[in-house]
Amino acid sequence: MKCQQCDKQAVFHITELESGDVRELHLCEDHARAYLNQAEGGGGSDEPAETGGGPLTGPLTVGQTADELAVLDKKACDMCGITFFEFRNQGRLGCPHDYAQFEKELEPLIANIHGATRHTGRRPEPSATGRPEGTEELTSVIGLRRDMQEAITDEAYERAQKIRDAIRTIEARWLGGPPA
Amino acid sequence: MTLESLTQATGEWLKGTGPESDIVMSSRVRLARNLAQFPFVGRATEPDRAEIERLLRERIAMAPVGQSLEYIDVGRLEEIDRQFLVERQLISREHAEAQGARSVAIDRLEQVSLMINEEDHLRIQCMHSGLDLKGVWEQIRVVDDQVGRVVPYAFHERWGYLTACPTNVGTGIRVSVMLHLPALVITRQIDKVFRSLHKISLAVRGLYGEGSQAMGDFYQISNQTTLGRTEEELVEQVGDVVPVLIDYERRAREFLVRETQQNVHDQVSRAFGILRTAQTISAEETMQLLSRVRMGVLLGLIGDVNLADINSLLVRTQPAHLQKLRGLELDTKDRNIERARYLRQHFEGTGPTTN
Repeated sequence: MKCQQCDKQAVFHITELESGDVRELHLCEDHARAYLNQAEGGGGSDEPAETGGGPLTGPLTVGQTADELAVLDKKACDMCGITFFEFRNQGRLGCPHDYAQFEKELEPLIANIHGATRHTGRRPEPSATGRPEGTEELTSVIGLRRDMQEAITDEAYERAQKIRDAIRTIEARWLGGPPA
Repeated sequence: MTLESLTQATGEWLKGTGPESDIVMSSRVRLARNLAQFPFVGRATEPDRAEIERLLRERIAMAPVGQSLEYIDVGRLEEIDRQFLVERQLISREHAEAQGARSVAIDRLEQVSLMINEEDHLRIQCMHSGLDLKGVWEQIRVVDDQVGRVVPYAFHERWGYLTACPTNVGTGIRVSVMLHLPALVITRQIDKVFRSLHKISLAVRGLYGEGSQAMGDFYQISNQTTLGRTEEELVEQVGDVVPVLIDYERRAREFLVRETQQNVHDQVSRAFGILRTAQTISAEETMQLLSRVRMGVLLGLIGDVNLADINSLLVRTQPAHLQKLRGLELDTKDRNIERARYLRQHFEGTGPTTN
């Protein structure tokens, strides 16, 4: 695993609790020392050092400019609507579709964390519901639900009804209808 | 199953049985899973969360494992009951302190627990006493297969099982062992051990998980990465290092007995003495002293006390357990008095050893 701040090997893995939020930091010896000194000077372990919005604030790839980052931050998920900026601040993604939507942007980050960019472990059984194509279609329900809410707000009930039928069709395909 | 019946039971992880249970308290594996058709919990609306909770509860009930599970609606529990489940390691602190619809399904042996609407829609956990990572993995794999047949897990060809935090993506697995390492602490070798663990990408945490200080020399070792290796490889990564740590701790214990026999005997006897006579005592001090007494029992320096008893006291002297055993809500000051009373009563009739 690489340090989140430079290209050296990360040897310190720090977990910070911040108002109930967990952040993980992976740093080389030098950056860890700098971070910890800063944290100690900042008033004890209850108040982690302010690094300006979490572990994902630093450049994601070497040579990324502030302008590029600003453009990137505005990108939003088609399904749940989370922006890349929101993700970088919270350290949590908005929905499963984000992994497809932000695939290119997430790649260097995931490579940093795991030292790998491809899953090699278990997968859902071929007969089971959790197949990749099922995930792709099911995540569209997240966007459809937002559309439906919008239609209801606009009092476009016919449109809302149509969207609800579309949601039910997709859910029935992958969940086999509501459980008895 | 009620929380009251849990109060009377010891719980899997403190049974003090299983291989290497003089040092390895418990072995645990958890899997993070999500439904594809909902936003992750942090971004879900309250109706979403209620729907996720209902759907998972109904679906899990259809799986064979569902037959042996009991549901607890965590959102409706009093704070003390949520704290109680945290102390028993059946839910995480985050799950206890979160808002909105959330629940946990627990099997009667307290080995399997399924948290709904934690950071991920579903967190499956399996825990055995002592060192038994293979057994834990076999058990949780079956549970995951059964649930996977009735729940459409979010899965991506390249990224694997999709999770709210990219640090869990891929296998979604966290493999951990909880170790009691008092001799490495006393001989000041523990930092060196942690540094070498960090170098091989293993994380070290205190007894009650992320963010907490290690209490009473109990440490959790777990994998740091979840992507790019198979579940079996990650189980092995943690499993491989445990015998080494056991060996270090045993050698440190032998060293203490050989080189500082009187000193270590004095330390554990004093710890035992305080536990038997104190009139008021904090949870932290209790944990620290029980840790020393536990080592004393294992080194044969304290007679008349068995390991399972000490393990049981470790959890029963925690704030929520203590209050539930007493049947009263108590503030910190009264808890400290009640804790001391409970300990004195427990150790009544056990005297100092002449060993």
